Amino acid sequence: MLRKLQEHLEDYLSLAVRITGNMPVPGGSFERSRNQYNSTRILREILRETPADAIKVVGIVDKDLCIPILTFVFGEAQLGGMVSLVSIARLRQEFHGLSPDDGILFERLCKEALHELGHNFGLIHCHDRECVMYLSNTVLDVDRKQSIYCESCDAALYGKTEPWRV
Amino acid sequence: MEPKVNILIVDDEEIVRESLANWLEEDGYEVEAAENGARALERLPTKDWNLAMVDLKMPGMDGIQLMDEIRKARPDTIVIIMTAYATVDTAVQAMKKGAYDYIVKPFNPEDLSITIRKIIEHQKLVKENLYLRKELKKQYRLHDMVSKNHKMIEIFELVKTVAKSSSTVLVQGESGTGKELLSRAIHMESPRRDAPFVTVSCAALSESLLESELFGHEKGAFTGADQARSGKIELAKDGTLFLDEIGDISLKLQMDLLRVLEEKEFRRVGGNQLISVDSRIIAATNRELTKAIEEEKFREDLYYRLNVISVHLPPLRERKEDVPLLVEHFLERFNIEMGKNVDGVAESAMRLLLDYGWPGNARELRNVIERAMVVTKGRMILEADLSIPQAPGVAVSDGRGKSLSEMEKEHICRILHENRWNIIRSAQVLGIDRVTLYNKIRKYELKKETVLNM
Repeated sequence: MLRKLQEHLEDYLSLAVRITGNMPVPGGSFERSRNQYNSTRILREILRETPADAIKVVGIVDKDLCIPILTFVFGEAQLGGMVSLVSIARLRQEFHGLSPDDGILFERLCKEALHELGHNFGLIHCHDRECVMYLSNTVLDVDRKQSIYCESCDAALYGKTEPWRV
Repeated sequence: MEPKVNILIVDDEEIVRESLANWLEEDGYEVEAAENGARALERLPTKDWNLAMVDLKMPGMDGIQLMDEIRKARPDTIVIIMTAYATVDTAVQAMKKGAYDYIVKPFNPEDLSITIRKIIEHQKLVKENLYLRKELKKQYRLHDMVSKNHKMIEIFELVKTVAKSSSTVLVQGESGTGKELLSRAIHMESPRRDAPFVTVSCAALSESLLESELFGHEKGAFTGADQARSGKIELAKDGTLFLDEIGDISLKLQMDLLRVLEEKEFRRVGGNQLISVDSRIIAATNRELTKAIEEEKFREDLYYRLNVISVHLPPLRERKEDVPLLVEHFLERFNIEMGKNVDGVAESAMRLLLDYGWPGNARELRNVIERAMVVTKGRMILEADLSIPQAPGVAVSDGRGKSLSEMEKEHICRILHENRWNIIRSAQVLGIDRVTLYNKIRKYELKKETVLNM
């Protein structure tokens, strides 16, 4: 699935995409009382392990993420920064009591990865419900939006990725 | 582009500040964070904060104390208290002290999004409302005058333009329509605003007194002139000379005044030295000057000298839409002057005010409101608080078979008698200005004895 995501991002963004080695989920990010992982702490660890030649790094994790103030997050990004993180835990059908469906999972993962990368390139949430930069607070929101940027987000992103496009 | 929304996060835990800031920034908010109350207070003056998200439990100043300080320094900033340990007591205390919301960590992301959007939307509406109100008032206001009548607004616009020149202005209108207020507004809008605005009430004085009042006199100019004195024209040097009731001055003084307007210089009574004049002249009258010219009571050449710019103030009965606006204006003013807290006028009382004909115009309305504010016991002015003449048919005295002017004469007589010929008080009761009262006294040849013999 990661390989497919790599291809998809490469095609869609016209940027060189590489899969780095696995990184263990940092032990310090586990919140025992909530049985969830603190996404900000993981983000900090990724930032520490960033390869020298990387422009942006997206972490993909199979743990349920949260931040202290929110019950959960699908992912987290540094706005205009280097790293972001996407969790697939809540993108899985089985999290919501349904049968597993890799097709659906992959589509959701693509959307959330494009969304978090968009933040890394400086895009903020979009008011267009169908734009991938729309804020998703539920998996329904994720499914409702398209896996592409709207015209204006696309234009903004195009400008930002210019120096690295292949 | 929409204005930036500024959010201040105050929490002693770094991970909370960082994660919440990341989350809010993704939504396009401008976020800053402070680790304690003291640091937060340092940040307060740097920006127009829309929202402060404050942790309840912090070492040093706690969230509630900080909220108090924020509300003092920035009353427009909305405060949300965040806590991990919810108790009913703290929640109640926070809300009582003015927190917009109290949220218990962890919070559902969807709910937090909605809460923040609602706050921003609410603030936007409040700001818009304030702005629109200000705009509305701006359009209707010229110094101490308010109106939404199109004729009046045109006059306000004209005043703003002509004020910049030095041209003579003739203001016409019934008593109480605000001729002096308008003249003051012209003065205040003009480059002469820092020089004096000098008023001369031409009707209240005899010819010789008015002459000396206007031109001043030298020592020994007439019996009793034991000292030289400058006249109002001299006092108005570089400023504005307001000649009220210009229609009432004698033909001789009209001639003298015309000379001043033409030559830009004059002599004091009994003096030889020419004194130059550089004041703007605004004249006002409630008389039909053209009629007075026909009757040869007013010099035509003086009329044209004065009437360079002509303003005709409409009577209040022709701009009834201004009654509620004027009422609000007077309420605001008297609330301050009298230290009162009157909120408004009850609907039935307002209907009465709207139905009345206002022969004394805005001044009469002002007097009615002033009196009502003195006598009212509550926060609203009621029908009973208003002293306006009764509707026709319930007249106090029997007026059958009498003409309007006979009724007027009798009424004025009675009021003068009741007020022991105190002109100021009688004019107030009658809802007319002193000058008009003097005119009526002259017109009906009223004398103190006449009243006493009644």
